[in-house]
Formats: sequence, C-alpha cells, structure tokens
Amino acid sequence: MGYTAHFRVWRGDANGGGLVDYDVEVNPGEVVLDVIHRIQAEQAGDLAVRWNCKAGKCGSCSMEINGYPRLACMTRMSIYRQDEIINVTPMRTFPVIKDLVTDVSFNFEKLLSIPAFAPPPGLQPGEYRMQQEDVERSQEFRKCIECFLCQDVCHVIRDHEENKKQFAGPRMFIRLAELDMHPLDVADREIAAQEDFGLGFCNITKCCTEVCPAGIKITDNAIIPMKERVVDRKYDPLPFWRRRRRVEERASAQ
Amino acid sequence: MVQAKAPFGVDAPGRASVGKRTLRTDRWWYQPNATAVLLTIWVAYATVRVFWRQYYFAAEYDYLSPFTSPCVSASCAPGSSSLGVWFGTFPVFLPYAIITLVFLLGFRTTCYYYRKAYYRAFARTPSACAVPEPHKRYHGETRFPLIIQNAHRYFFYVAVLISLVNTYDVIHSLFHGIGLGTLIMAANVVLLWAYTLGCHACRHAIGGQLRHFSKHPLRYKMWKGVSKLTNKHMQFTGTTLGTLMFTDWYVWMLSAKVFADPFYIHF
Repeated sequence: MGYTAHFRVWRGDANGGGLVDYDVEVNPGEVVLDVIHRIQAEQAGDLAVRWNCKAGKCGSCSMEINGYPRLACMTRMSIYRQDEIINVTPMRTFPVIKDLVTDVSFNFEKLLSIPAFAPPPGLQPGEYRMQQEDVERSQEFRKCIECFLCQDVCHVIRDHEENKKQFAGPRMFIRLAELDMHPLDVADREIAAQEDFGLGFCNITKCCTEVCPAGIKITDNAIIPMKERVVDRKYDPLPFWRRRRRVEERASAQ
Repeated sequence: MVQAKAPFGVDAPGRASVGKRTLRTDRWWYQPNATAVLLTIWVAYATVRVFWRQYYFAAEYDYLSPFTSPCVSASCAPGSSSLGVWFGTFPVFLPYAIITLVFLLGFRTTCYYYRKAYYRAFARTPSACAVPEPHKRYHGETRFPLIIQNAHRYFFYVAVLISLVNTYDVIHSLFHGIGLGTLIMAANVVLLWAYTLGCHACRHAIGGQLRHFSKHPLRYKMWKGVSKLTNKHMQFTGTTLGTLMFTDWYVWMLSAKVFADPFYIHF
C-alpha cells in the first residue's frame, strides 16, 4: 500500500538556501531517488538532482538522507517509518551548485595529482605478466564507483575546510594503496601518501568504510596497510633489512 | 565589539547549511557514550586491581590473575612467582606486573580499533559519522603526541611475549590440577592470542608489506590466516577486555575464598 511521506529537501545554491517541505506519494518498493523524481515531476520542476544509472554503479546520486551520506538510488524507503520526516540535503563537505547537486571537483583535482601507474622502464603494454594473488588486493579497490561518500563523511575535511589543501581523503588513499600494492608499479607511493596526501590526518574512525556502497574495506585494507608501510619508511628505525628487501623487490620488478 | 563566530565545518561558506548540528535521527550518540562508559568502568576496575596487590593469586589452585602476570618481585605471594624472582621488594605504589602493564597499555592504546573507539568516545573526532566534531582545528596523527601511535608494532612485539607468559600460566596451573578456573584462564588466553595475532601490525609483518605474494607462498598463506583474525579484530578487542576482567575477578573470588572452584580435580 502506498502512503504519503513528508520530505524536507534542501533547496538553494552557493549563496544560501534551506529545507523545503513536500508531501509526496510513496509506493511499495521505491527508493529515495524515486521519491525525489516524483517531487521533481509533480511539485518542483526546477529541483536539481544528479543521477544516472539508478543501480548503485555510477555513483552520481550521492546525498545525505536524514543526515547520513547515502546513494539515493540504493536507499529503500522501507527503512524509514511512514510517519518519519525525511530530510534530504546535498553532500555537506562540498560547495553547493544547486539544490542537491554539489561541486565535487576537489576530488578530481586530488585524483589528478596522484602520479599514474608507473610500470618498470622498458616493459611495454601487452608485456605485463603478474600472478592473481599479487593483484587481488588491488582489485578490491577497483570496485570504487567514485560516489565520494567516503570523502563526504570524512571529518578531516568535512569539519575542517582548511585541511583540504593537505589532505586528499579516503578515495585517494585507496588509489594510492591500489598502486602501491600493484606488483608492477615502481613509483614511490608511501612517502608521498604521508607527506603530499596527508595520510597522517586520518585517525581510523572508519566512517569511510561504513558509508561505502561498494563494500570496500577502505580502512582495514587500504588506509591501515598504507599507514604501516609509512611506518616502515618514516618512523621505524629498525627494519632496515625490510626496507632493503623492498628496494630489492622494486629493483627485481624493474 | 564582540565579533560573531565565523561559520566553519559543514556551515562553511558555499556549503548547504541547515542550521542544526546534525540531521541524523537515529541513536548515533548511543555507541560513543556506551563505549565511554564501558572503557571507564574497565580502566577503573583494572586500576584498582593492579594497585590493590591482594587476591591476585589463588594458591590452592595455582591460578594467577592476568593483571599480575608475571609476578617476579620478592613482594609476590609465595608460589605466585613461577617464572622466578627477578626484582627485590616493590614499594607499595608499584604494581607487581609493572613491566608488562606498561606494554599492554601501550599495545591497547595504540591499537587501530581502540583508537577508533576512544577517538569517538572521548576525543569526539568525530562522535559518529557525519556528526560534527566540536574542535576548531584538527591535525590528526601528524604531530606529537598522537604521532606516537606509529609505535604500535613495538608494543605488538612485546604483547606476543606477554601472551606467551599468559599461556605459560595456564600450562603451569595444569600441573596442579584442572577446574573451571583453568577453563576460564585458557579461554582468556585463546582470545588474547586471537586478538594479538589479528593485530594490523602483525598482518603487516606477516605479509602485508610484500608486493609479490607469489614469491612468498608460505607467508601468503599465513597472511590470509591472519587476515581472517583481523576481520574479527573489533570483536576480539571488546571480548578480551571482558575475559581479562572476568578472569581476574574469578581469581579474586577464589583467592578471597568467596567460593571454591567447582569441579576441581587435583593431580
């Protein structure tokens, strides 16, 4: 049976705005994005919302629903009580463009600043050979759909705008981990992770992992292993033998 | 003239301000507050017990509390120094297991999962996901004192030795007999090993640092095994706090003769 839900949707732009009330029909099996589209179709034709696949694969419809970062297309209405007010806002870590659409260019600028995959000199595309067990750790990180919910929820930049210069965020850390764990990548990612991308700002509160719709264990499989690798290189005075072995491994890869 | 506070965080210029701290409607405050209460109770109990220096050894059963192991001071109760007497009499303010307590405290404090717990519960950085933290500035673990968290692996190395001592305590008690207390101590030790070996520093040392698992098949297998424990690390983090407390309490009760160990069989 359908029912009428009470939505409060943030309307406005970079100059300001606020929550606007809408009573809207909800049918069984619908997700929040369906209801947003109904508001757009029936009550607010100029409501701006970014969406694409409606299948949790494109990462476009990231927003905050009752204060929690989610993909609107993967958030079933059935998880909310029928008499509950549903607050929908854009991601609040990034500047608003209009209504539910934010400017996420910060994330793409950070991504561009990460040096690309660097194969050993002389090895041409098509000549890459590697074992499955050597690449499977990196493969988990390839599931990222770049919805930037992890970036949105990370308190280092969410609560501190000034940290955006020094801190790249969880999405970039899984990119760095993906490359650093890649058996054929020869670039030095570890010192850069700490000094250029601000890995040390992360205090492992795991919100990025909690909100990731792709189920990537960002903290356990990317951030903490990278932190341990940074300790090898920067803080641990003893394992010179370990460092030497990594240098040898890189040399043998070349 | 009093200046108005400049908006920051989620209310920074250009962002979607809603005039409220958070729009979360679930009980996000429950977990950090419950963690704060439980950790405070545990620390209070442990502090009282380690400084009390009584009822830590049930001589009748050869059970030694994990909070006092190893007891290697001349002040220790007769029979409790199964590893020998290494030091003279301790002054009254010094816990008997001072040499291990420092490292155990360091191991737990720098553990990645405890960090999550106390950063959320006490430092409120943040209390819960998407709930604004109260601090105006944040530097994370980039500078003193939190940069010390990077020493976690050293505490892990010592924690392995301490787990060996705890294992020895259980084996040593078996020479005396077996009872419910032996099972409680053994369960505690098994869980302590699961917690210690599931540590992220252990996972890194075993194989996480490698680039080519295919060149180290044995370490790859061990890494996969440790990864299974690491996946359960949070559960072991909490469970071992409970089992440590319960084991100590049980030894306390036996030592104070509040009740006897049921089903005890003397060898």
